[in-house]
Amino acid sequence: MENPVIEVRDFRKTYGDFIAVDGISFEVNQGEIFGLLGPNGAGKTSTLESLEGLRSLDSGSLRVAGIDPTREPRKLRNLIGVQLQTSGLPESITAGEAMRFFCAYHGVDARYDLLDRLGLAEKRNAQYHQLSTGQQRRLSLALALAHNPPVLFLDEPTAGLDVATRVELHDIMREQREAGTTIILATHDMAEAEEMADRIAILLSGQFAASGTPIEITAEGAGLTKVSVRTQRSSLSESGVSFPAVSQQASKDEYRIYFSTDIGPTVAAIISHIETQKDTLIDLRVERPSLEDRFLEITSPGGDR
Amino acid sequence: MTAFINHFSFEFRAGIRDKQLLLVNYLLPLGFYFMMSFIMPGINPLFLESLIPALVTFSILSATFLGMPDPLVKAREDGIYRSYKINGVPSTSILVIPALTTMLHLVIVTLIITVTAPLLFDAPAPVNWLNYLLVFVVMAFASAGMSVLIGVLSSSTRMTVMWSQLVYLPSMLLGGLMFPSSLLPDMALKFSQLLPATHAMNAFNALAMGKVAYFNPWGSVVALFICGIFSFGLAIYMFSWDSRNEGRRGHPLMALLVLLPFIVGIFIF
Repeated sequence: MENPVIEVRDFRKTYGDFIAVDGISFEVNQGEIFGLLGPNGAGKTSTLESLEGLRSLDSGSLRVAGIDPTREPRKLRNLIGVQLQTSGLPESITAGEAMRFFCAYHGVDARYDLLDRLGLAEKRNAQYHQLSTGQQRRLSLALALAHNPPVLFLDEPTAGLDVATRVELHDIMREQREAGTTIILATHDMAEAEEMADRIAILLSGQFAASGTPIEITAEGAGLTKVSVRTQRSSLSESGVSFPAVSQQASKDEYRIYFSTDIGPTVAAIISHIETQKDTLIDLRVERPSLEDRFLEITSPGGDR
Repeated sequence: MTAFINHFSFEFRAGIRDKQLLLVNYLLPLGFYFMMSFIMPGINPLFLESLIPALVTFSILSATFLGMPDPLVKAREDGIYRSYKINGVPSTSILVIPALTTMLHLVIVTLIITVTAPLLFDAPAPVNWLNYLLVFVVMAFASAGMSVLIGVLSSSTRMTVMWSQLVYLPSMLLGGLMFPSSLLPDMALKFSQLLPATHAMNAFNALAMGKVAYFNPWGSVVALFICGIFSFGLAIYMFSWDSRNEGRRGHPLMALLVLLPFIVGIFIF
C-alpha cells in the first residue's frame, strides 16, 4: 500500500513578477527515490527549499513526513536530512567538529562511522577548506545522514566525485531506500537519475513537462532506436537496400547504422536480408533512447512536452 | 547544552585557527601594545598613566569591529546560515556565540596586558579591580553588539569594512586612547561622546584607575550597557537567514537607535 511521505498540492512560488513554480502537484512514497530534473532556473531549488522549510509558498500546500514545512519548521528539523550543493560549512571547521556540531543540535551522538564509510577517516581533523570538492560533498552527505532522518534531500550528490566514491554513494542511497528512507534527488546527471530514481519528474519553467518511471518517460518520446550492424561481406552497404520503420541510416567504420521507429520489424528484416544474401552477422547492437535523449527532447526550444 | 558547548568550542577555536581572526584577536592588539609601550612613553610620559585602559580599549575595538562583522556576512553569503537553519541552529546562537568567544579571547589579551604592563613598562595598575572588570565587560558587550549588528545589516563584505571603520577610526583618533580627551576642542569632545571608546576610557580612568572623569563615569557604564542591549536586540530582530539578506525585518536606519544612549548622554552626563 502506498504511503506518501511528501505531498505537494498546487504549489506555486513567485519572486516579484517571476513565476518560479507554477502550481505543481506530486507525491513521494515511503522508501522511494524521486528524481527532480530540469535545466537551471526550472524551479527545482525553489521546490526543494520550500520543502526544506527555507522558503514560504504563495499558494498550494506542502507536507513532509506529516509536517507543514512553512508552519512547523522546527518540528521538521529532525525529520529531514539535506545534502546541500553549496558548502554550507565554515571554512575552518574540521570534519570531526562538523559532525559533533550538527549531531549535537539534532540531539544525537556523533556518527564518526559515517565519516569512515565515506572515506573521510583520515580527514577527520582536516579543515573544511582543506578538503577536495568530492570530500566536501561526502562530508555534507555524512552530515545529512547522521541523525537518521526519514526524508533525505540530495542536491547533485555525485557531482565532482570519482567513480569509486560515486558507486559507494549510490550503494548508500540504495541502503537508505531499503531502510524506508524517502529520497528526493535533484540532479543534472541523467544516467544517475535513470539508475537510481524509482520515479522522475522533469521541471520546465515551473511546471512538470514529464513525470513517471524512467522507462515510462523515455518510452513517451519520439526517440529513435539506434541499430548498428556489422557483417562479414558488407551486404547491407549495397545500394537500394531498405528496411521497414527506418527513418535514417548511415555508415561508420565497418558498421551500418539504422535509426528505427519500431525496432521489431527493422531487426527482423535486417537478419532476413543477411540470410538471403548468404552473408554472416558479426555484430548487432541495439541502443534504446536514453533518459538524456528524452530530457534533451523535452527541454530543447520547441521540444516535445 | 551540549549543542551550545560544541558551538562555543568551535567558534573559540576558529578565533585562533582563522588567520584573520588570530590577527585581530591577538597579534594586532599585542603587537600594538608592545610597540606603543616602547615608543610612546619617550614621546609622551603621561601615556603610561592610561596605558592599560587605552590598550585594553584598543584590543576590544580591534577584536570586535575588525574581527566580528566580516565572518557573519561571509557565512550568510556562503549559504552557511541556510545549512544552520536546516539543522536547527538558532539565530540567537549564530549571533551571541561569536560575541561570547570574542569576549573570551579579549579576556586573555586583557590579562596579558594587565599583568605585563606594570612589570615591563612601569604602567600603573588599576586601583579598583571590580570596576576595571565591570568597565571591561560593558565595553566588550557594547562593541560586540554593535559589531554583530553591522554584520547583520551589511549587504556585502565591502560594506562591512565601511561601517566598521566609521566607528573604529574615530574611536582611535577621538576616543582618548592616544591622548587625553581634555585636549580635544569642545565640539570634538561632544562628538567623541557618540563613540563607545570615549565612554570606556572615561569609565576606566575614573572608576578603575583613580583618575578624574571628563563626565559622569557611571553614566558611561550605563550608556555602554544600554547600547549593548539595543545592539543585540536589533541584531536578533533584523537577522535574516537568506544568503542575499533579502528577508531582513525593519529598516537599516533603525540601527541608529544604538547611538541613542550616547546622544542622551551628551546632554545629561
